[in-house]
Amino acid sequence: MIFELPKLPYAYDALEPMISKRTLEFHHDKHHAAYVNNLNNLIKGTIFEKADLETIIKESEGGIFNNGAQVWNHTFYFEQFGKDKFDLLKNGAFSDAIYRDYGSLDIFKDKFSTAAKSLFGSGWTWLVKKPNGALEIIQTSNAANPLRDGLKPILTCDVWEHAYYIDYQNRRPDYIESFWKLIDWNIIAARY
Amino acid sequence: MTFELPKLDYAYDALEPYIDARTMEIHYTKHHAAYTNNLNNAIKGTELETKSIDEILKNISKQTMVIRNNGGGFYNHNLFWDIMSPKGGGEPKGDLLQAIQRDFGSFEKLKELFNAAATTRFGSGWAWLINQNGKLIVNSTPNQDNPLMDIAEIKGIPILALDVWEHAYYLKYQNRRIEYIDAFWNVVNWEKVAKRFL
Repeated sequence: MIFELPKLPYAYDALEPMISKRTLEFHHDKHHAAYVNNLNNLIKGTIFEKADLETIIKESEGGIFNNGAQVWNHTFYFEQFGKDKFDLLKNGAFSDAIYRDYGSLDIFKDKFSTAAKSLFGSGWTWLVKKPNGALEIIQTSNAANPLRDGLKPILTCDVWEHAYYIDYQNRRPDYIESFWKLIDWNIIAARY
Repeated sequence: MTFELPKLDYAYDALEPYIDARTMEIHYTKHHAAYTNNLNNAIKGTELETKSIDEILKNISKQTMVIRNNGGGFYNHNLFWDIMSPKGGGEPKGDLLQAIQRDFGSFEKLKELFNAAATTRFGSGWAWLINQNGKLIVNSTPNQDNPLMDIAEIKGIPILALDVWEHAYYLKYQNRRIEYIDAFWNVVNWEKVAKRFL
């Protein structure tokens, strides 16, 4: 199938000052768009030409995998931001799982932040749901995506330098701190 | 030994317009300095305190990822700053040029191969020109790995290095890594590269 770049679900300046308009313009219009274009070019004439994105992520290798996973990862990343937050304590199954597996939202955020700060090089930090329902924080390098390991992604932080270098340069911890201010927990709970 | 951040031989703005002053300053005072500090902290009180960086890297498979990442980051940036100059550019000469012609066909062909290695390295990493017992090879490695490491796919002495971590070019070139790679050739100090080839 021919993949299309999803529109950003908000204006480019909607996440200011945590993530700048300029960063979002490059991140979405250049990086995300390039992964979509590269993927469409690479799958032409291969067994993945008619495959959906999840199949590509689970079964492909090399350039097709890298670009396919990055298409998925960025869509998932951009979709989780918003200003429509809610009190996690009042929500059902996801809130229960956070308290059960981490004790509190703050403890979870601390652990996730530590993982995101310590990931060396380009990659992603994820909160995933395991087949048994338990939550786990994992780090993946470059394009790697947890779907490939049978895990369901719930939340992700892009720690490729392009996600934060214009706004924070080498200060990745500051970016991660800002990241929490943008998360729409309604979306995260619905994913769980 | 305690490793020291080496002095830069040129000012932060010396490589303008190819590499901008702000990128140079952050790259050197923040990224390179952090690798140096992290390496020193990681080896403190261990047997590695008496080793040279080359010795550490040659046996990196026996060390932690913290030492591999920061030892590589320390060495790679030392090399990168050293092989660039505001008076750089042009073409290699002498024995180095002859070896390039012998192993790649021409200097233009070397640049093509090196550009391809630098462009296609997915994620963070480095492109290299490697001296492997007198034979020249172009390759790239992920993150802060390098050809001196015993875990490297192609081993040898790196004589030319290009940092393709996004922090090396994002402030000036953003997603346009290829423009950064093209610009790099204008600041390569071929005399230094030739000395490393001897």
